[in-house]
Amino acid sequence: MNNQTQFSNKKFILFSIVLLLVLGISITLSIMVGSVSITPVYVWKVIFSKIPLFQNLIETDWSRSQEIIIWQIRVPRVLLAAIVGAGLAIAGAAIQALVRNSIADPYILGVSSGATVGATAVLILGAFSFLGIYALSAAAFIGAFISVLFVFFLSRVGRRISIIRLLLAGIAVSLILSAISNFILMMSTREGGIKAVMYWMMGSLAGAKWSYLLIPAIIFICVFLLLWLHYRQLNLLLLGEESSVTLGVNLHRFRMQLIILISLLTGVLVAVSGSIGFVGLIIPHIVRLIVGSNYKYVIPISALLGGIFLIWADTLSRILIAPEEMPIGIITAICGGPFFIWLLRRNNYSFGEGD
Amino acid sequence: MTLQANYVSYSIHDQRILHEVSIQVKEQQFVGLIGPNGSGKSTLLKNLYRLLKPESGTVLLNEKDIFKQPSKTIAKSLAVVGQETPILFDFQVRDLVGMGRTPHKKLFEIDHQEDVRIVKEALSQTGIAHLETRNFSSLSGGEKKRVMVARALAQQANILILDEPTNHLDIQHQLQLMDLIQTLHLTVIAALHDLNIAAMYCDQIYVLQHGSIVSYGTPEEVLTPALLRDVFGVYAEIQTHPLTGKPHLTYISEQFLKVDPKETSSIII
Repeated sequence: MNNQTQFSNKKFILFSIVLLLVLGISITLSIMVGSVSITPVYVWKVIFSKIPLFQNLIETDWSRSQEIIIWQIRVPRVLLAAIVGAGLAIAGAAIQALVRNSIADPYILGVSSGATVGATAVLILGAFSFLGIYALSAAAFIGAFISVLFVFFLSRVGRRISIIRLLLAGIAVSLILSAISNFILMMSTREGGIKAVMYWMMGSLAGAKWSYLLIPAIIFICVFLLLWLHYRQLNLLLLGEESSVTLGVNLHRFRMQLIILISLLTGVLVAVSGSIGFVGLIIPHIVRLIVGSNYKYVIPISALLGGIFLIWADTLSRILIAPEEMPIGIITAICGGPFFIWLLRRNNYSFGEGD
Repeated sequence: MTLQANYVSYSIHDQRILHEVSIQVKEQQFVGLIGPNGSGKSTLLKNLYRLLKPESGTVLLNEKDIFKQPSKTIAKSLAVVGQETPILFDFQVRDLVGMGRTPHKKLFEIDHQEDVRIVKEALSQTGIAHLETRNFSSLSGGEKKRVMVARALAQQANILILDEPTNHLDIQHQLQLMDLIQTLHLTVIAALHDLNIAAMYCDQIYVLQHGSIVSYGTPEEVLTPALLRDVFGVYAEIQTHPLTGKPHLTYISEQFLKVDPKETSSIII
């Protein structure tokens, strides 16, 4: 009937190792390419020279500018791409289990439209200027947070969360917030500001710095571990309310926890990278096609594949129209769209539509 | 292991669905719940397995209120095979049955050899060991039901709640499934549509009508022509089957009844 029948622990470990290797190679290649090309040997020499244990073993035979390009510019950017890709992918997988619907993506909770209002306020109106270079990220996060809060309270019926209301509230709040962003944009007379907002909306990792990495990395690792540890509960959510309740899941509490985890992760990622589309939607589908619906495998493989995918998308965004940069959202949509259509045309892949 | 409902009432949008229903399921009993469509059978079961919370009244599992215990604790002693719910995301049979182990697992615990063994045993007990690696969506209706029963077995609960287990099954699979459930020696409460099946397998039967229990007892005591006429609105002949020794019902359609129209109206509701 279909090809997802036999994914065992052994295959999972093997597949994970392969993907880890691909991730390592992708990171190396991505650091190598750019306006100044660098050989792989230097890439790893510079990286290892920064690790305390290896510091003394490596002879410094590269220029200061090479070191800056590798360590200050490209490495943080590649790592940010990996974290954002992996984070959006697991957030997407989790939200699809939460709403039991495979068309959901992490932005359905209103995160991206809320963040866009915050970003627009900073870029056009100059709000939060007292926060300096962190103004954009902070405002985006606050916007995302407020928006999720709205969606969350609108979806409550009594003490419980209604999933259908969650979806609809997400759409309604997103529409309102987009209108606000557009209004601010329309009233603006600053040409540069409008372009900056457009770039922000399509996502970019161009500003990556080491200092931007810490919070997203910590949040990603925590959320990843929590989701993975709860793979049994996520599987039961996929089966439905009745199975969850009768197999001992405290449904109400677990849904709340999921909403908090997903919005926290997505909010932080959007704050540093803008709203990069498609990753959170298609990566979980590709992963289910390979490993089946079992979240024991879906969560880690989504993280690996999402990270690899976004590293390549970011690399393309840097080199395609160099020295200009292509917004990464355009790349993810152009690569992801046709693949998704191909997936749609396959008869033996169920999008979660049942028999 | 006993399950007990005391004066359970439940409403949806101000409409009473259950009205002070009390039932008792004793250790190793097979209790049937019968009643026409909309009489509240499923709602009652859902109140018993915590999907719905009674408006008033209590549900006791081993004399303890089920709403005052953690969901995990309840799931260790109470398993449910619901009406067919569509499975939107496909799973392997093995994984699906393995989900029955969830209430026994702590957060950091992996699947042990023991869990694998329990799953295998549940699969072979339900006669579906050969389907282990198949996808659920590729199975027939009868096989799917067996998978759900196997999941309940893997759960190692002592009480099994069944909501119209024989729905959508052909007659052979209906009997096979009921035989299987009987051989498990669990405490069972099942909502049943087919009254002959109820008569054959149940120790005790509760009859629900408009959300209230209207009759209770052994199949012989409960299944009478008068009850079938009053509650189900059908005329039926009831004999003791020579082989099974159980009551056997034959429903007689209106058109075969040679009664004058005045009387018919009192029979047919």
